[in-house]
Amino acid sequence: MTVALGEGQEPDPGVSQASLRGPGVLERIVLLRESPIAILGLCIILFWVAVAILAPLLAPFSPTATIQPMAPPWSRGAGGQLFVLGTDQLGRDVLSRIIFGARTVLIYAPAATASAYVVGVAAGLLAGYRQGWIDELLSRASDLVLAFPALVLYIVIIEKFGASSLNIIVAVTLASGPAVMRIVRGLVLDVRGRAFVAAAQVRGESPWYIMLAEILPNTTGPLLVDACLRLGYVTVTIGTLGFLGLGLPPPAPDWGGMINETRQFAMIYPHMVVFPCLAISSLVLGFNLLADGLGDIGKRL
Amino acid sequence: MTALRPATAAERAAPLLEIDQLSISYETRLGAIPAVSGVSLRLSAGESLGLVGESGCGKSTLALAVMAYLAENAAIAGGEVRFEGRDIAGLPPEELRRMRGGGIAMVFQEPGAALNPSMRIGEQIAEAAVFHAGVSWAAARERAGAMLGDVGLPDVERILNAYPHQLSGGQQQRAVIAMALLGRPALLLLDEPTTNLDVTVEAGVVELIAGLKKKYGMGLIYISHNLGLIARMCERVAVMYAGEIVEEGPVEDIFRAPRHPYTAGLLRCIPSLNADKREHRLRPIRGQVAQPADRPPGCAFAPRCDHAVPGVCDQGRLALVPVRAERAHSVRCRRWSEIAAIEEPPAAKPGADVAGEEILLSVHDLDKHYLIDKVGLAAFLGLSGRRVLKANQKLSFRVRRGQTLAIVGESGCGKSTFAKVLMGLEAATAGSIEFEGVELARLPVERRTPQQRRALQIVFQNPDETLNPCYSVGAQIGRVIRKFGIGRSRDEVERETSRLLRLTRLPAALASRKPQHLSGGQKQRVAIARAFAGRPSTVVADEPVSSLDVSVRAAITELLIEIQESLGTTLIVISHDLGLVRYMADRVVVMYLGQIMESGTTAEVFSAPHHPYTEALLSAIPLADATARHRRIVLEGEIPSALSPPSGCPFHTRCHRKIGAICEQQKPMEQRLARGSHRIVCHIPAEELAQTGAVFESVPP
Repeated sequence: MTVALGEGQEPDPGVSQASLRGPGVLERIVLLRESPIAILGLCIILFWVAVAILAPLLAPFSPTATIQPMAPPWSRGAGGQLFVLGTDQLGRDVLSRIIFGARTVLIYAPAATASAYVVGVAAGLLAGYRQGWIDELLSRASDLVLAFPALVLYIVIIEKFGASSLNIIVAVTLASGPAVMRIVRGLVLDVRGRAFVAAAQVRGESPWYIMLAEILPNTTGPLLVDACLRLGYVTVTIGTLGFLGLGLPPPAPDWGGMINETRQFAMIYPHMVVFPCLAISSLVLGFNLLADGLGDIGKRL
Repeated sequence: MTALRPATAAERAAPLLEIDQLSISYETRLGAIPAVSGVSLRLSAGESLGLVGESGCGKSTLALAVMAYLAENAAIAGGEVRFEGRDIAGLPPEELRRMRGGGIAMVFQEPGAALNPSMRIGEQIAEAAVFHAGVSWAAARERAGAMLGDVGLPDVERILNAYPHQLSGGQQQRAVIAMALLGRPALLLLDEPTTNLDVTVEAGVVELIAGLKKKYGMGLIYISHNLGLIARMCERVAVMYAGEIVEEGPVEDIFRAPRHPYTAGLLRCIPSLNADKREHRLRPIRGQVAQPADRPPGCAFAPRCDHAVPGVCDQGRLALVPVRAERAHSVRCRRWSEIAAIEEPPAAKPGADVAGEEILLSVHDLDKHYLIDKVGLAAFLGLSGRRVLKANQKLSFRVRRGQTLAIVGESGCGKSTFAKVLMGLEAATAGSIEFEGVELARLPVERRTPQQRRALQIVFQNPDETLNPCYSVGAQIGRVIRKFGIGRSRDEVERETSRLLRLTRLPAALASRKPQHLSGGQKQRVAIARAFAGRPSTVVADEPVSSLDVSVRAAITELLIEIQESLGTTLIVISHDLGLVRYMADRVVVMYLGQIMESGTTAEVFSAPHHPYTEALLSAIPLADATARHRRIVLEGEIPSALSPPSGCPFHTRCHRKIGAICEQQKPMEQRLARGSHRIVCHIPAEELAQTGAVFESVPP
């Protein structure tokens, strides 16, 4: 703002004017470099993304091949192969399973989160903007779902409709959608009172235009932070479902499933359980750190 | 209270506060930014000093430095502040704590933020006495009660036990003042203490501060952008620009004969109550305050000054030079004596009367009621009914094409509700609004035709909320152009956008900027461009300039008048600022608690007979004119809640001319005055109202 603008200018009425919203998505990404926490989080996430993409190149063995059971970490097999993280009770290489398991979680966690967001944002916009009976209906419905223990909800849905990738996404959407709706509704209530929304109404814009083009872009900051946190929760959820045997059917490599299948050997062969646990924790930590960093950046501006 | 004398020489010899060559800068990501540079001030005990300047000129930073309360990233880069002879930078924390409150106290702009919401008023105020005077809690509470009485709060016992949210804004500010005074400070700093209060409430608080100053004999530093308040409150005034004092001297001298072009410019930005837009024009200061990083060498004001001469004003550092040493009047300008000799050029051409004969808008018996759900268990169980909030009651008035109608009133008077009903954002409860021959009272905006919507547009108050932060200026104006079919192709829209930017005196390059890069005045110009993009016949302006700086206000006001004159647009201005209304409006409607109290042409409303409420409003205007005589009417109490309005005449609870029980029991009838269209709703006969005469009159110089 140091460019001379010519005539018709007045003094700047304040050194800094509080922006109505935080910075946009792009600005946040540019600003990330100022937050070491966010960079660390992003690095962890990118590490796992790279692992997932390059899985066939990185994994020393096939994730489903049974080679030699119960090998401890850093041991050599009969054929001289090195099992970096050991093998499980069926003789499958733990490292390879973790590497391929990253694919599962990095496909389903974002897909389920995105699906929860589509539902939650639409419902939140409607409830916050339209208010009245629509708001009552959607809010009470979300209360109902939120009052239900999420785990029970997952079990009911997946027991009823069977464990499949689609059902996992449906279950997560149903459990997280209402929480997203709550956040969006709150943000919409704040934004809808601003004059630019009234200006849009006065020129006769349609409600959906106002919701999607005038209001939604002004809520991206807080939603971005929430999305990162939620990705972390969903990662845990997918792990939990796998642990409960409600995840992807075996033998597909799945971190939660790996913990479940090997938990009875945890005392004797802890490596079978500990490494998948670490994988889940590190990814969740990555998402949380990124969310923290993004939140900080939002606050600072 | 106008007989405030300048401090005597003896008092001047023993200054209470001495600021010596003080420079303060803020450490930011962009490096050190100077906020205050080389400011020197002296204040004797019992003296009052006004600090004037637009936002960002460093006046609040200076006040915080006096309190030794600067922000963490601010640092004193040079000079010192001495209070009672001691440098406050060197004070140990314990003494500093005693000085704040005991020696110097400060009252901020936002009383709601100064009070702890979870503590009773009594405890908060007593706390000050316990800490600073070391008295017991019981004694402190007694002192607090006495002080609350002193600041003019009624029913002290109730207020002592009240929480801040139970008080109105005016009462809160009085409580904050009481808290500040409890430590018996020798110096009171007031930073825009009445900026967010209603005009009649402001008048009361100002009167109170003036009275307390006299009573306690404290020194006073009064920070304000409102020159009228400074003229009313202070003996001396210091004008700040870009972190420097550019002029300092006795109030009478500076207001009568300002020597610095900036001071003179500020005074020219204020509409006079004696003249309207047809008699004289406001002259905004051109340009923009330079960012601290690119302040020019020499005089900081030179780029905006009409009298700047290259080679004289743009070199070296300017010193404050005495104008009249015996009056301690000094100015930071190299050419002041030459400028003083220059005759002011006559104001811009008087505007033409554009109003036609055709009635464009006719409002008849308009009612807007809201049903408010009661809260509490009984309401939850459906045992008690809803309360009715009558936001507009029986509004009737007409506007001719091309006219400017002003709707005046304080908060809660229903003026913004009327705007919402007119725009179709709310439906009227009863009555009619006929606009260009169409009945709009119960036609919501989504059922209006594009033509009807196009004809009626609005400019909102808050420049920070009026534009969507996510889109560029061009995109937002372009949307309206497309929406109303003014332009369809990309080229047409771009041409029309730059035409509108030119119309609002904005550079075309601004089209690609996002609102966050614009100043408040620029945002308001864009909002005006957007409102005019559909080529409306009528534009509603809801407090269009009230959140802007003085010089920006003048510029935006002039812009609206100019556009109106060139396009023949009808303007409906909603405002609480009678100065602005006097200047802009052809007709005025005065509202109080949802009802019209008085209406007529501007000349009629601004001359006797006045409705008692109009009289009080007029008297509350702080005049930035040292020559004007002013009748002072300070209203008692606060504006009642619109949820439980007083019976009879809504104004009777505060009216200074109440005649008796009839005011409490009967609604007054509308009196049509013989001449013209002047109407007054009051029990007092118009002939009797006329006898009081004008509220203010200017003494010819």
